[in-house]
Amino acid sequence: MSALAFEPVSARRRRVDKLARGTVALLTGIALVPLALILYYLVKQGIGAVSLDFFTTDPTGSFLGDPGGIKSAILGTVLMVALATAVAVPVGVGVAIWLVEYGRASKLAHTVRYFIDVMTGVPSIVFGLFVYITLVIGGIGGSSFAAWKGSVALGLLMLPIVTRSAEVVLLLVPNSLREAAYALGAPRWKVVFRIVLPTALPGIVTGVLLAIARAAGETAPLLFTAAAVNATAFDYNDSMNSLPMLIFKNVGQAQDRLVTIAWGAAMTLVAMILALTLLARLIQRRSRLS
Amino acid sequence: MEAGTLTPAGERSSALHRSPAARLPDRALRWGLTALSIGVIVLIAYFFIRLIVESEPVFRQVGVISYLFSADWVPSKELYGALPLLAGTLITSAIALLLGIPVAVATALFITELAPRRVRGPLTVVVDLLAAVPSVVYGLWGFFFLIPKLKPAEEWFADTFSFVPFIGGTVTGPNYFVAGLILAIMILPIASAISREVISTVPREHKEAALALGATRWETIRIAVLPYARGGIAGGAMLGLGRAIGETIAVTLVIGNAPVIGDSIFQQGYTLAAVIANEFGEAASNELHRAALIGAGLVLFVLTLCVNGVARAFVVRAERGKRPATGMAA
Repeated sequence: MSALAFEPVSARRRRVDKLARGTVALLTGIALVPLALILYYLVKQGIGAVSLDFFTTDPTGSFLGDPGGIKSAILGTVLMVALATAVAVPVGVGVAIWLVEYGRASKLAHTVRYFIDVMTGVPSIVFGLFVYITLVIGGIGGSSFAAWKGSVALGLLMLPIVTRSAEVVLLLVPNSLREAAYALGAPRWKVVFRIVLPTALPGIVTGVLLAIARAAGETAPLLFTAAAVNATAFDYNDSMNSLPMLIFKNVGQAQDRLVTIAWGAAMTLVAMILALTLLARLIQRRSRLS
Repeated sequence: MEAGTLTPAGERSSALHRSPAARLPDRALRWGLTALSIGVIVLIAYFFIRLIVESEPVFRQVGVISYLFSADWVPSKELYGALPLLAGTLITSAIALLLGIPVAVATALFITELAPRRVRGPLTVVVDLLAAVPSVVYGLWGFFFLIPKLKPAEEWFADTFSFVPFIGGTVTGPNYFVAGLILAIMILPIASAISREVISTVPREHKEAALALGATRWETIRIAVLPYARGGIAGGAMLGLGRAIGETIAVTLVIGNAPVIGDSIFQQGYTLAAVIANEFGEAASNELHRAALIGAGLVLFVLTLCVNGVARAFVVRAERGKRPATGMAA
């Protein structure tokens, strides 16, 4: 074989290659800058607000005096997201099971998939509007603004995330498992609940955790559904405070102490969401499927 | 008893036979789940209809055309022209795409094609973490960090390139550009993830063929990877656009909330989503104002519907062949 057959890459082409690869690497580096900056500022500005009192007292609403802590906001976020999860997960997983086990490639299944896709793209503030129009205007349940209405808005937001991720993992469950169960005489509902769901569970949990992480950080759907109060509330029929709403309210205040509270609350919220996200990834990695 | 043993005279007491009562849970599950799925469709359709019904007063009073194309949004005088809002939404989204998509594609290329295998996983996680930061936190950061820190740079840029249309002129703190920049950061994870997915479907043979012909790594990307992945990347960009259009809280905090169309990208404006978030409190008692805001929501809904529809078409076409067709299971 003659060495002449291979012409060395010209200097110009080599330069272009280096330049282009360098640019791609540089842009990737730039992409990481905002995350680093945001996390740095969150900790730098937020750490000053954090103390034991910060987590155990309610905001006072006082402009000049002691602004208080964020207890009601943390509890409100947890309570509202919990109710939203309790509604969205059974429905979302149910629809996913129907799509994979029953609907498959039927026309109806395609339509359902299309609407789930539509839901994924609907801006979160529009979900807030939906709930406002249907539940708040009419004063359903007695009061106009109520925590459970906020939960409905958050649940609507979570539903397509849960369904889409659950559908993907349910599709990954090997058919041989289903067939083995049928061959042993198991009825279909038993196959779904004893074979398919347990196998897909880690993947479903991952999707649910990501949906919770998404809902916990949303402000827009809560603006005119759950509104916000300062005091801790446990009644779903009343307004409830939440971390995103507290941050949003405090940003606009020309009061350093209130802004510091907002940074502290933001740090708490991001820490909660990051923990959920990382937990979701960990479960995903441990899962046997995918 | 052994299942399936033949019993005399046509009695079918085998495992294959189930009494109607035993079949009940099966039916219940099937129809329950079907009802649930149809319920989702009904719910969305119902919401859409209610949006139209509730916003109808403003379209009747002002007219659809002048609602969309008149530039005066003055709720106190009952003037509802959503053009400044629509313009703000489109301008900020366009800036977000211009800034965000090249970076998103670069990260996708770097992670799938160039980076050493060891750093690919961690890098993916870090880029995805951008999606975990809530909208309101982006707003908080943009309000207290980006706006003051960027202002000198923006002023210098507006001065130096004042001959370029929509660049020169006075610079306000909150403006279209800052909003667009924050949106660019927010759409980065989704656009990058879709691009990554699509780029990883490029057949190995295509890349190896290019390399075998003597192409450099970059030339391989240019002639084998990018053309193959183009459709999917466009789809990812459109999905990002859908996100940018609907983003509310972060934009509300950094756009200035002035219902005007700024002369340059460094002036304040308003977006459809931001106006809903800001004015809903005061609009609750005024039916026309409320209808105008619900109308803004309707425009937003239709806009995202169209954008996402196009995006899905792109992505599905780009991924076809790789993904098993849905419904092949069971």
